[in-house]
Amino acid sequence: MKSWFVHHLHSLRQAARQFQETPLATLFTILVIGVTVALPSGLYTLLDNLDRIGQDHKPQADIVVFLKTSVDETQGKNFIGQIRHNNRIASVRFVSKKEGLHKLEAAGLSDLTAGLPENPLPHSLIVKPNDPSPSTLEDLGAELAKHAEVERVLLDTDWAKRLEALMQLGRDLVFMLAILLGLALAAITANTIRLQIYAQKNEIEVARLIGATDRFIRRPFLYFGSIQGVLGGIVGWALVLSGLQLIEHSVANVAAAYGATFALTGPGMGVFLFSLALSGILSWLGAFFAVGQTLRQVETF
Amino acid sequence: MIEISELTKRYPGGHEALSSLSLTIAQGELVFLTGHSGAGKSTLLKLIAAIERPTSGHVVVRGQNVGRLRRAALPYFRRNIGLIFQDHKLLYDRSVFDNVLLPLHVQGVTGKDAAKRVRAALDKVNLLSRERARPITLSGGEQQRLCIARAIVSRPALVLADEPTANLDDAYARDIMDTFRAFNEVGVTLVISTHDHDLMRRYGGRHVQLAYGKLVA
Repeated sequence: MKSWFVHHLHSLRQAARQFQETPLATLFTILVIGVTVALPSGLYTLLDNLDRIGQDHKPQADIVVFLKTSVDETQGKNFIGQIRHNNRIASVRFVSKKEGLHKLEAAGLSDLTAGLPENPLPHSLIVKPNDPSPSTLEDLGAELAKHAEVERVLLDTDWAKRLEALMQLGRDLVFMLAILLGLALAAITANTIRLQIYAQKNEIEVARLIGATDRFIRRPFLYFGSIQGVLGGIVGWALVLSGLQLIEHSVANVAAAYGATFALTGPGMGVFLFSLALSGILSWLGAFFAVGQTLRQVETF
Repeated sequence: MIEISELTKRYPGGHEALSSLSLTIAQGELVFLTGHSGAGKSTLLKLIAAIERPTSGHVVVRGQNVGRLRRAALPYFRRNIGLIFQDHKLLYDRSVFDNVLLPLHVQGVTGKDAAKRVRAALDKVNLLSRERARPITLSGGEQQRLCIARAIVSRPALVLADEPTANLDDAYARDIMDTFRAFNEVGVTLVISTHDHDLMRRYGGRHVQLAYGKLVA
C-alpha cells in the first residue's frame, strides 16, 4: 500500500515537473482545451436558458370546444359541470353564441354575418389544461371530443411541437458537438503527451534500463493529461460564464422590451462537475493512447 | 550465476555480432571482457542485461532464461542488475542525489531509508559532497562514479559495466577500478568490458577475450 502511494506521489511530482518545465506550452494547451470545452458547454447553457424561457413564457395552450348547435346555453353550462372535475383541466369558460358573434364583429368580420337571418355560431367552451404539453393537449382534446354535446374540438399544438422540435434539434447539436469536440480534446492531449514523451525519451530509456515498468513510466503522463483536461474544463466554463456576464445586460434589455424580466443562469454544480470529470477522463484516454503507442515506438527490447 | 550457451546475435542486415558463444560466470567472479572494437563485448553485456534478445542460444542469469522473459517481467529482472554505461546515461536535469534515487523510486523505496541508501552509495564513490550538484557540473570521472553509485544503490548481485574507464585518465580509472574491486570483495559479480590491459593486469580477475563475436580465450 505504501509502495503504491509512493509511486503515485512520485508520478504526481513528475507531472508537476512537466508543468514547470513547459509552462507556456501547457498554458496554451489548457486554453485550447478550454475553448473546446466552452463550445458545447456554452451551447448547452444557452439551450438550458432557452428551455427556461419556453417554460416560463409559453403562450396559453387553450382548447376550444364547439358544442353542437342543438345544445342550448343551460345544457352547455351543465356540460361544464361534468368536465370541470377532470384533473387535467385547470379552468373552463363558457362562451355563448352571442359572445362569439360579438367577438367576430369586433374582429372586423361583421360583413360575414350581416346577411344571415340568425346567429349561426354554436356555444363554445375555452378549456385551459393543467399541462400545456402537446401530448396532454391532444389526449384531453380526444377525450372531450367523445362527449355527445361536442361537435368539434380545436386545439393548437403546432407552436409547442415546433418549440419542442427546435429544442430537440439544439440538444442533438450539443450532443454531436460534444462528441466531436470530445474527440478533439482527446487528440489535443494525445499530441501534447506524444511530444512530451519524445522530449523525455532519454529519461524513459534510463528508467527502463534500471527496471521501471511501463506503468511507472506511463503514470506521470496520465496524471499530466488528466490535470490538463480538468484545468482546461475549468477554463472552458470560465469562458462560458464570462460570456454570460457579457450578454446578461443585453438579454435583460430584450426581455424588458417584451415586458418581461429574465436573467441568464449558468449550469448547476452537477453539470459543471460532470463536464470537468468528462474533460479529465477524455484527456486521460488521449494520454493513455499516446503513451501506449509512443512507448512501443521507443521500445528497446 | 550466468550461463551462456551457443549464443548468436545477428542484427537486421546480416551482421553477426556474436557467434555460437558459450561462457559460464560464477557468483562473485570479476570478469574482464576484452577485444577490439566491434568484437561483441557491448552486445554480450546487452544480451545479459536483457536489453537485446538473442537470435539463437541461451543466456541464463540466476536461473532465468533471459531470451524467454516476458516483456512484463523484464523490469523486475533488470532491477537485480547494476548497469554502467560508457555514455553514462545520466539525467542532466536532476541532481546527483535524484539520479541515484531513481532506481529506488522505481522499486518503491522512499523516505529516510531511500535517502540513507543514496548517501551510502554516493559515499562509496566519493561523491557525497556533490549530492546537490547537477551531473553536467561533474568531471568525466565523477560522472562515471555517479553512474556506478546509481548501479549499486539497489544492491544488485550482478554489475555489468561497459567500458567504464574509457576516456578517463589513469588516476580516475584506478579510482573507479578500486571501487569495483571493493564491491567484488563483498560478493558482487562484476562483468567489465575494457580495452585497458594494464588495468586488467593490475586488478586480476578472469579475462575473457572476444574477437569477431567469438570467444578467443
